[in-house]
Amino acid sequence: MKPEEFKAICDFVQKSSGIVLSQSKEYLVDSRLKPIAESHGFSDIGALARGLPLAPEAVKAAVIDAMTTNETFFFRDKTPFTLFEEIILPELVKARRASGRLRIWCAAASTGQEPYSLAMLLLKHKALWNGIRVEIIGTDLSASAIARAKEGRYTQFEVQRGLPVELLVKHFTQEGTQWLISDEIKRMVKFSLLNLLQSYASIGTVDVVYCRNVLIYFDGETKKQVLTSLRKVMRPDGYLVLGAADTVMGSNGEFERANNKRGLYQPVEAGEMRQALSA
Amino acid sequence: MKSCLVVDDSSVVRKVARRILEDMDFIVDEAEDGQEAFEKCSAEMPDTILLDWNMPIMSGLEFLKHLRAYEGGDKPQVVFCTTENDVGHIAMALKAGANEYIMKPFDREILESKFMEIGFD
Repeated sequence: MKPEEFKAICDFVQKSSGIVLSQSKEYLVDSRLKPIAESHGFSDIGALARGLPLAPEAVKAAVIDAMTTNETFFFRDKTPFTLFEEIILPELVKARRASGRLRIWCAAASTGQEPYSLAMLLLKHKALWNGIRVEIIGTDLSASAIARAKEGRYTQFEVQRGLPVELLVKHFTQEGTQWLISDEIKRMVKFSLLNLLQSYASIGTVDVVYCRNVLIYFDGETKKQVLTSLRKVMRPDGYLVLGAADTVMGSNGEFERANNKRGLYQPVEAGEMRQALSA
Repeated sequence: MKSCLVVDDSSVVRKVARRILEDMDFIVDEAEDGQEAFEKCSAEMPDTILLDWNMPIMSGLEFLKHLRAYEGGDKPQVVFCTTENDVGHIAMALKAGANEYIMKPFDREILESKFMEIGFD
C-alpha cells in the first residue's frame, strides 16, 4: 500500500468514525481491508482507497466496521460493575422514585456483553428498583457487532471470559457449543446502530452512560465534542462511566470525578446540586 | 504465596496449567487422579484446586464430594476444568461444591479470568 493510499484510508476512517489510525496500524489496515477490497470488486487496497469517496454506502460501512475494535467481554474490568451495584444503582433508584424511570446507555456496546452484564446485575437487584421502569440502550458504530448483540449468541470461549459460571447457568441456554442469552435478559436491552460523531437524538435523555475504551481512539477535538454531546443527553445528577485508560482531560469541563472513584464521573451540576441541598 | 493443586490424568494438561499458574505466582502441585489428590489434600489443603472430571481410580466429582465432607475441605476454591461442557454437568459440579467451571479447551486468558473471579488476582 502506497503512503498516500494509507493516508486516504486513515482520513476516511477518522472523518467517518473519529478513530485515529497511527502509522503503526498499517498492517491492521492491510489485513482487515484486503478481504473487503476483494469482495467488493476492487483490484487491491489501493483501488479501494482511491474509490472510497465515491463508493457505495455498503462499502464505506464495511470499511468502518472492519476498522473498529470490538474487544469486549462480560463484566470486563469488574470495577465499572461494582460501581453500578454499589453507587450508581442505589443512588439513582432513590432519586428516580418519583419519575419512575431509569435509563442506561451503553454507547459502545460492541457485541452486547456490557449491556447484558448490567442487565444481569439489574435482575440480581430487582427488589431494589421494583416500581421503576429501567431501560438499557446499547449502541455501536459497527453493524456486525450490533447484529451479534441482538442475537445474544456467544461461543464457549466468550462465555468463559469474565462471566461467573453461576450466571452462565442462570441466564443462558446451550445450543451445541454456543450459548444463547435468555429472553428475559434480551428484553431488557434495546440495540441500535449509532455513530458517536453524529446526532444522539434517537437516544433521548439518559441517567447513566457507559462509554468505555472509546475516547482513547479519538483525537483531542473529537473527544471534547463527544463528551459535550454526551453531557447534553444526560440528566444533571446522572453518571458517566469511562474506561480505565479514558479521562475527561481536555474536555470543556462538563464532568468531574464522582465519589473519588477512577472512571466514574458526574456532570459538574451534580456537585452543585448536592451543595445546595446540604446548605 | 498461594497454592494450587492441579488434578488431571493428562500430563500435557498438567504441564500447560502449571506454566500458566506459576506465571500467576501460584505454588503448583500435581495429582493424576482423585485419590492422589485427596491424599495430598489430607496432608495439606491447597488454597485452590484445578480439577478434571474424568479420571481413573477416582473421578473429579467423587473427589470433590469427599473433599467437601472432609474436615477443612471447605477451604480450597475448586475450579473444574473438563471436556464435560453441558449445563447438566456444570449444575452437578456446582451442587457438589465447585466454585467455578472451565470448559476445555481452555487458554491462558480463560484460566486467568476464572481464577480472578474466585478472588485470586
